[in-house]
Amino acid sequence: MGGSMFVAPEINYVALLPMIIVFVGGLVGVTVEGFASRRTRYAVQVPLSVATLVLALVALILLGQDNQGLTAADTVALDGVALTLQGLVLVLSILGLLAMSERFGGDQPDAFTQSGVSTPGSAEETLATKVGATTTEIYPLTLMSVGGMMLFVAANDLLLLFVALEILSLPLYVLSGLARRRRLLSQEASLKYFLLGSFSSAFYLFGAVLLYGYAGSMRFADIAAAITSGVGMDGLLVPGVLLVAVGLLFKVGAVPFHAWTPDVYQGAPTPVTGFMAACTKVAAFGAMLRVLYVAVEGARLEWQPVIAVVAALSMVVGALLSIVQTDVKRILAYSSIAHAGFILTGVVALDVAGVSSTMFYLATYGFMTIPAFAIVALVRSAGTEATLVDQWAGLGRRSPWIAACFTFLLMALAGIPLTSGFTGKFAVFSAAVSQGWAWLAVIGVLASAVTAYIYFTLVVQMWLGDEAGDTVVVRPSWMTSVAILVGVAMTLALGIMPSPVLDLAQSTAAFLR
Amino acid sequence: MDYHPYLPVVFFLFFGLLFAFGSVFGGALLGRTTYNRAKAEAYECGIQPTPQAHEGGRVPVKYYLTAMLFIVFDVEVLFLYPFAVAFDQVGLFSVLAMLLFLVVVSVPFVYEWSRGGLEWD
Repeated sequence: MGGSMFVAPEINYVALLPMIIVFVGGLVGVTVEGFASRRTRYAVQVPLSVATLVLALVALILLGQDNQGLTAADTVALDGVALTLQGLVLVLSILGLLAMSERFGGDQPDAFTQSGVSTPGSAEETLATKVGATTTEIYPLTLMSVGGMMLFVAANDLLLLFVALEILSLPLYVLSGLARRRRLLSQEASLKYFLLGSFSSAFYLFGAVLLYGYAGSMRFADIAAAITSGVGMDGLLVPGVLLVAVGLLFKVGAVPFHAWTPDVYQGAPTPVTGFMAACTKVAAFGAMLRVLYVAVEGARLEWQPVIAVVAALSMVVGALLSIVQTDVKRILAYSSIAHAGFILTGVVALDVAGVSSTMFYLATYGFMTIPAFAIVALVRSAGTEATLVDQWAGLGRRSPWIAACFTFLLMALAGIPLTSGFTGKFAVFSAAVSQGWAWLAVIGVLASAVTAYIYFTLVVQMWLGDEAGDTVVVRPSWMTSVAILVGVAMTLALGIMPSPVLDLAQSTAAFLR
Repeated sequence: MDYHPYLPVVFFLFFGLLFAFGSVFGGALLGRTTYNRAKAEAYECGIQPTPQAHEGGRVPVKYYLTAMLFIVFDVEVLFLYPFAVAFDQVGLFSVLAMLLFLVVVSVPFVYEWSRGGLEWD
């Protein structure tokens, strides 16, 4: 160390501007929480957070293309993949935020707890309800999480990847525990997510340490170079790769790291579940693609079979367990596990088509998931969400528009042609088949057929079932309507004319190394 | 004198074990033993361990709030200390980075303060 001088890294702040905007927006949001009165907080936070994300998206579109490259001592890679996925995270989180702002026709302030510190059912809670308290901290929390996701897909260094992982996860743990109704279930979800999440972070860190021991560097490029030249400590390489993969597979909820998914998806406030399901998947798969394709591509013979088995297990377990669910949120949770398996099928392909099909599938999944959960939040009974399948019976006659939207989204989740679910599955399966993973595609098609069963049960209940007692559909606010309609429109558009987005995904599918 | 580079580790391990076991057994052999109520209770960092939450006892949230605030400043100092030691070598970039870090840490502190998180009662 003696004579070496500290050299400040070159940082291209213009290229980082979209992320900086989101983080600054989050900090401004926290400051607003401190000083705005309870009455004005919602009115300030919603436009502030949506404007922050829109501004970041504009900055990304205007500046991203011309500022591609490695920056901040090569720890951040802003290449086509990173920019595309950052843009996708921003678009999806705008829709997610719009759905979070739903106030159920003035019946309740929103879906979030009146006072997180009060005991459920206590006098403090009643008092907080009376004064109209709510948790507007969700907006800065969401912005922080989005910033972490944007960094996650661009991280080119195991240490920075870990920092981004924690920035995106910690706000999500808090958000999961903030439901207004069924607060104990929500707090349980939050605790489970936190404990298992920290556990998986520890796995990730252990893997990162082993890879550092192997390559002598945390940079992806250095790890790739070490594998190519063969430094002769393969005993560190393979466990390192697999442990890092465990941390990332946990985030996407792939089997056997899926145990948290149903409970957390069910317990978390429904709009948060939608945001979490869509945006976390984009971020975690983006990071996984970069780690597997850039850093440890040379060790593919070791990790490819493992990822393939995880993909097959996720599809099979997710599909089979979704059949026996009686709760709409849990059906969507198990469906997300199966979808993680479908996306992994694209990841396994390990070529340009693997990257582009994975990115395309992430877009299709995000656009169908956020409106689906936004609709689940609207179907209510006695002031709380009616999430049992039986309570959804006869919904088609009472609210044909909402039921029609949900039916369409279910068809997309099942992968019926003319929806984005079909084109997305077609993209990942053909990428897998072209690289010799036909058996994986066969399992995928069979699993889709199995999941279709539970979706159609739900559709039949909605349109042909006898109307269930006191289930009502709240008229959505214009913001939630925008979120639902944009999601449905994108699901239709990507199903009928996938080529513009597919072309975009293909033209940006190259990594900078 | 030439010795194996891992020899200090062996010494460390040996004296570590000696200290641990020596303290436990030495204390039991040589010390006087008295019992009282406080000694028999579980140690809970200065708060009453009973009644527990399921028996109707509640740990005040403000206790955690103060503890978390302590952790935040604790970690802040942890980062500031190596910076202060290497201050003359790291240049303007690091001063600005550290200032940014301090501002970012201050924002939630201001939030907590203005929302009454520092009022004990």
